[in-house]
Amino acid sequence: MLRKIAVLHLAAAAAVLAPALLAPVPASAQARDPLYSAARAKGEVGEQVNGYLGFVTPPAPELRKVIEDINIKRRAVYADKAKANNATIEEYALTSGCLLISHTSAGEKYQAPDGSWQTRGANPPMRDPRCP
Amino acid sequence: MDAVTGVVGTRMVEAGAYGRTGRSLRRKVALVAGLSLSVGLSGCISVKAPEKPIVIELNINIKQEVVYRLAGDAAQTIDKNAEIF
Repeated sequence: MLRKIAVLHLAAAAAVLAPALLAPVPASAQARDPLYSAARAKGEVGEQVNGYLGFVTPPAPELRKVIEDINIKRRAVYADKAKANNATIEEYALTSGCLLISHTSAGEKYQAPDGSWQTRGANPPMRDPRCP
Repeated sequence: MDAVTGVVGTRMVEAGAYGRTGRSLRRKVALVAGLSLSVGLSGCISVKAPEKPIVIELNINIKQEVVYRLAGDAAQTIDKNAEIF
């Protein structure tokens, strides 16, 4: 009897805790793909001037698929927002590229205006002169 | 560039050969000679040189306005779609 009560208590505790544990799930739906995250941290992919991800080193097939998928989704978002703002996809994508390059953290790769890959350090990144 | 070198060269030779006496007049003569030389030699270059940078700068200015206009919206878009950025 005591054991049963203990089990019930545990079950009740689990039922109470479960939503708390599940709560962060919507946030994790906003998280980056783990393959992308790892490749970004290792400097295998970087932010390009044009607003899309680029490969710094030749990628494994799985990584290539993940990154190309992200770029397709980015393009869809850019297209949507560009239309809403009476701009071209390229204009919206370049603007986003400016911001995304600024958002890189130390050790991550970004593309300089001359097309070369740079590693982000403590200093501001080299950006297109049109960037805000 | 050749024309400029020519002017400098003429001046140097003139200064060395004649000293301070009559320098002003001779300098003017050298300058006129140098200028006519430079017009003759670099006419094409002086027309071409300013053209290219002007075109590029206009292009940058137009696009920069668009970029500045879109920046606020793009920042929000990036925040709202964090999984692909």
